[in-house]
Amino acid sequence: MAKVIGLNGNAAVANAMRQINPHVVAAYPITPQTDCVERFAEFVADGRVDTEFVTVESEHSAMSACVGAAAAGGRVMTATSANGLALMWEIVYIAASMRLPIVMMVANRALSGNINIHCDHSDTMGARDAGWLQLFSENAQEAYDNTIMAIKIAEDMSVRLPVMVTQDGFIISHALECVELLEDEEVQKFIGPYKERYPMLDLKNPVTYGPLDLFDYYFEHKWSQIDAIDHCLPVIEKVSAEYGKLSGRNYELLESYKLDDAEVGIVALGSTCGTAKEAVDRMREAGKKVGLLKVRCFRPFPTEQVIKTLSPLKGVAVLDRSATFGGFGGPVFTEIRSALYDAPERPLVIDFLYGLGGRDIFMEDIEMAHSRIEGVVKKGRIDTHVDFLGLRE
Amino acid sequence: MSKQKRAKELVAGGMIVEAGNARDYETGDWRTEKPEVDFDKCIHCFFCWAYCPDSSVNVDPEAGKMKGFDLKHCKGCGICASICPKNAITMVSER
Ligand code: SF4
Ligand code: SF4
Repeated sequence: MAKVIGLNGNAAVANAMRQINPHVVAAYPITPQTDCVERFAEFVADGRVDTEFVTVESEHSAMSACVGAAAAGGRVMTATSANGLALMWEIVYIAASMRLPIVMMVANRALSGNINIHCDHSDTMGARDAGWLQLFSENAQEAYDNTIMAIKIAEDMSVRLPVMVTQDGFIISHALECVELLEDEEVQKFIGPYKERYPMLDLKNPVTYGPLDLFDYYFEHKWSQIDAIDHCLPVIEKVSAEYGKLSGRNYELLESYKLDDAEVGIVALGSTCGTAKEAVDRMREAGKKVGLLKVRCFRPFPTEQVIKTLSPLKGVAVLDRSATFGGFGGPVFTEIRSALYDAPERPLVIDFLYGLGGRDIFMEDIEMAHSRIEGVVKKGRIDTHVDFLGLRE
Repeated sequence: MSKQKRAKELVAGGMIVEAGNARDYETGDWRTEKPEVDFDKCIHCFFCWAYCPDSSVNVDPEAGKMKGFDLKHCKGCGICASICPKNAITMVSER
């Protein structure tokens, strides 16, 4: 029997980690993630997991220890935020290059400066090209569910890539919610025993990880990494469907909310989707034909599914919680707009940067985005491609 | 250079999954000069064998004889020539 208890996002993920019982966790504290690993450390100290818990002197070392442990043949997890993720940077790429199925929770936080500890997506969006899968969560329940699914996705023999599970810092990580936990045995049964692939501790079959790889083979190895992540979507769908059967909570790559008969759509990631659903309901009551597309899986980007869902619309307003300085709109906007380029019928697409450094987003902001895209559709022309919500300009 | 594999034939992750295959990676074509030994001068002291950073000096340990060079892997660094106490090794241009 599943039980519902009050947990914040960090505690929900810490409990998922307890139920997963990984061989190794190596982590370094950073706000707002600290609370997650702190709780997991308690599980270690209380003997509720068998995990080898490695306390390190920096995130660079945390990810390095994770890479070593995963290459040795263990199930490995960690967690970080913002500047911590930035300090891991080179090893984050190496984990993906070596095809190590590490699962990392990232409590999204603004990546300086100035110093700010609150939510935006600049940390994980900066890491979007590192070769990791990225699953965004709308609330603590989803952070918990995504963490368990991430293990099974990462360890699938055709995937063998690391996965980042994100939750919005403070907004989800520190907010108490009702979270339904599976039974410990159900989680163990779902993820199954860890399957090794070329473990370094298999002394009878010695292997070399990360050798020098120059102009004669590096390109081929990168291609095989591109090919691998490009083929992950069916595995994510399969694992999500299995998880749906077990938990009763169904997840897809994208969640469509009231889009079926919609004329315009809002696109968002993370906790903003909860606010946006409320805003959509309110606008629907006022007779507006509007819906929401929630992007759960950002890497790999579900291009075909985005085209299928959004191309029938007349207008789309994308909400980006991070900036690409000097780029053409935020990272979600560029993906969405580029995906739609070849669609025979395509909506007009505009972008809104919002919520940087934890700036709140309100239903009124989403209604504002909606009225702007409505205006664009009426006019049939975009005057401003990238605008801001909740900014004092 | 040994025959190059295609991307689909490679082990995912770029790890090397067999032991002792460094010899398959032929580095001899990186060389601009190659060592030549004059056996009239050589006293088979094995200094060149001990100093070669690429394990490219062939020896017969039973007979205690230096036997020349593994030119598939020798990178032509010249350390053997500089270390030889009898100046028995000369570096000659590959051109
Ligand atoms: S030239 Fe350098 S690599 Fe070649 S045999 Fe001499 S020491 Fe070894
Ligand atoms: S160092 Fe010179 S003398 Fe000694 S084994 Fe080599 S070639 Fe012969």
